[in-house]
Amino acid sequence: MISLTINGEARQLDVDPATPLLWVLRDTLGLTGTKYGCGVALCGSCTVHVDGQAVRACITPLSTVAGKAVTTIEGLSKDSSHPLQRAWVALDVPQCGYCQSGQIMQAAALLAKNASPTDADIDEAMAGVLCRCGTYSRVRKAIKQAAVAKNGDAK
Amino acid sequence: MSTVKIPEQINEGRRDFIKVSAAVGGGLLIGFHFPTLTRFGSAEAADAELKPNAWIRIGTDDSVTLTCASSEMGQGVYTAIPMLLAEELECDWSRIKVEMAPADKAYTNPLIGQQLTGGSTAVRAFWTPLRTAGASARELLISAAAQTWKVKPADCRADNGMVLHKGSERRMRYGELVATAAKLPVPQAVFLKDSNEFKLIGKPTPRLDTPLKVNGSAKFGLDVQLPGLLTAVVARCPVPGGKLKSFDAAPAKAVKGVREVLAIHSGVAVVADSFWAAKQGRDALVIQWDEGANAKLDSAAIRAGLERALKKKGVVARTEGDVGKALKGAAKKIEAVYEVPYLAHACMEPMNCTARVTAEGCELWVGTQGQTGAQFVAGKITGLPPEKIKVNTLFLGGGFGRRAEQDFVAEAVELAMRTKQPVRVVWTREDDMRHDQYRPATLNRLTAALDKQGNISGWQHAIAGPSIMTRVFPNAVKNGLDNTSVEGAANLAYAIPNMQVSWVMENGVVPVGFWRSVGSSQNAFITECFLDEVAVAAGKDPFDLRRALLAMHPRPLGVLELAAQKAGWGTPLPPGRARGIAVAESFGSYCAQVAEVSLERGRVRVHRVVCAIDCGTVVNPDTVVAQMESGIVYGLTAALKGEITIKNGRVEQGNFNDYPLLRIDEMPEIDVHIVRSIEAPGGVGEPGTPPIAPAVVNAVYVLTGKPVRKLPIRL
Repeated sequence: MISLTINGEARQLDVDPATPLLWVLRDTLGLTGTKYGCGVALCGSCTVHVDGQAVRACITPLSTVAGKAVTTIEGLSKDSSHPLQRAWVALDVPQCGYCQSGQIMQAAALLAKNASPTDADIDEAMAGVLCRCGTYSRVRKAIKQAAVAKNGDAK
Repeated sequence: MSTVKIPEQINEGRRDFIKVSAAVGGGLLIGFHFPTLTRFGSAEAADAELKPNAWIRIGTDDSVTLTCASSEMGQGVYTAIPMLLAEELECDWSRIKVEMAPADKAYTNPLIGQQLTGGSTAVRAFWTPLRTAGASARELLISAAAQTWKVKPADCRADNGMVLHKGSERRMRYGELVATAAKLPVPQAVFLKDSNEFKLIGKPTPRLDTPLKVNGSAKFGLDVQLPGLLTAVVARCPVPGGKLKSFDAAPAKAVKGVREVLAIHSGVAVVADSFWAAKQGRDALVIQWDEGANAKLDSAAIRAGLERALKKKGVVARTEGDVGKALKGAAKKIEAVYEVPYLAHACMEPMNCTARVTAEGCELWVGTQGQTGAQFVAGKITGLPPEKIKVNTLFLGGGFGRRAEQDFVAEAVELAMRTKQPVRVVWTREDDMRHDQYRPATLNRLTAALDKQGNISGWQHAIAGPSIMTRVFPNAVKNGLDNTSVEGAANLAYAIPNMQVSWVMENGVVPVGFWRSVGSSQNAFITECFLDEVAVAAGKDPFDLRRALLAMHPRPLGVLELAAQKAGWGTPLPPGRARGIAVAESFGSYCAQVAEVSLERGRVRVHRVVCAIDCGTVVNPDTVVAQMESGIVYGLTAALKGEITIKNGRVEQGNFNDYPLLRIDEMPEIDVHIVRSIEAPGGVGEPGTPPIAPAVVNAVYVLTGKPVRKLPIRL
């Protein structure tokens, strides 16, 4: 039995502790917003937060997150009200949408520690999250817009 | 306003073009049939019994449900198709709901002859039919109000989900009118708006799927959950044409959660309670394959085959004047050999399909571009008639042509039948990369003649490569010519008096398929880069040369000039930077791009791309911009990185380490300019892809002075 917190809720899971977090989220818990893209941390579609840090769920064994707090796209906000989600909607960022949970979760981890990221900061943080539809320009714009909105709220 | 008389223009004599019925609870259901005009030679008249739920459903509660029969794979049809219906229906856009269409002949794409999303046809195919459908529904509602008020329909108008009487304050909501409308005869002719009357079409309209795609609630094929659902991962022979010899299931069965190990048509399937168990089981399998005749195949042998083929006389796809004479009489001759590799689609969502087969029928849950094909394949395996096969189309995590295939559907159906349980087949990334239907690798010989004045007097392009249509739509191969192999080469608009384009079919064992922009994806690179070689030989500026050659063709000339002007063609650049230009027609649209490029530590860096697109009438401008950005990134990834190679009969690449994709830190600034036009809509999903590789390569040519004749660019 492994205990952890998922999207603010305490859970006890009777799953093989070697199972990657991605498949626990998707197959055991039905949280399908976190996506499978490569299985080896090359694409970032499975990005979630563990104690606030962006991690690739596809290579994170369940055992390593015992006692920790996991946040998925479903738990980023209750009502799509996170500044990034708002900016994403305002700029119509997604196309096929498959990688977008990963993009948003990676961007949320960036904004949490860097309130006003530069282009270079965005490049560094986001380069590991692939998008085959080529939404990168809008991802960049949305991160900046969300940063401005978030900083405005904070003032 | 223009009148569309339904029998002549849409119905072609059919009496059942439109069908109106009452819905349960008193609502209105409106269905339509559209005639098909197919490019694929596979047309089948859409003459099945018309289902009453075909396109528009209006409830007594004023709810309006519009059906989308095109698969949403990022290109925006989930918004654009409802816009076509809603524009003429005059409903309240903020309240509409969209449903994905089931597989049914009523949803046949009129340009393809099947329910298939491809060829950048969705808006083109449904442009007139769906506006006519919306207008017909609107006229019915107006007639219902007029009858209720005992006034002339001509004195009533529809607006925002209501019918209003011009002479009085009377108004009725659509929900109040549907019961009456359902009993009325269908209109024989309807008015369609002129473009200056559009309220929705042409206005930037937020995508209806965006809210679902920012909180994880959008359901893709992989996200389907069903009671008792099992997951299968399949081991397939790594060599095309190979067969299963023997296997030991015991190590797989020893994995906790593995239920069954089954030999199926495509290999050995491990069926388990979860993906992780199935994947571990598949990895534990011990399999002997009979790799067959292709066990030693490699890329060099494939290229040698193309070289031999290129020496043969090909099928002539286009001929004008006397190219032989022009080449003989040339003051200067330019020759080059161009080649492109196989490419994988690499959709972010690996292939997958969920199936359930019971005595009552078969149900599929799948992100597919081809509902008709899925139904056909499931029918072949189960023996069930099409009406017993229900196809639920989910969002596609990328399509690009890959999801027009049915290999993953066939596996799911066979496994669901064999296990008598709902089964979800999941391909790993490596499965997806190594068992694709690849963009054809081709070899090309080009020869151009310059006359004494330096004008291009002859152009000869010989292509050798595999045929997509021979496998996919064999009826479309006419006189030995697969048009998809020469598109982008045979349709050049340039005024060259003597021209010949020919093609030799060289079908290897590596399966090939539709890949975003198909033949134009490689032929635009080959022709537009060779044209720059010719420009250099003639001492002409590449933009000026194209302008002169396109003088008689206002649409390609228009985008060429627009892109050049917005990019500042001819103006100074920082040291170490150069511009390249290219233009291409594809899928009924014209696109020109100028790329601004430098070389950084021996690598190509694309700083900026200026794109001009003429896709005729625009439905959703922001989607056009997004699709240009998307098409450019797809083509740029191929130009800079994409290559599938074969060794020992196997695809060498497996994941994003050896088949890399463009990343955000390599993303150029993209500046899209849309030509204002009232021409019929052209395609949008693909036309952004062809010009980018030649625009970049032509800039690299300026920087290095050496032509790049092979993709991906290796300096």
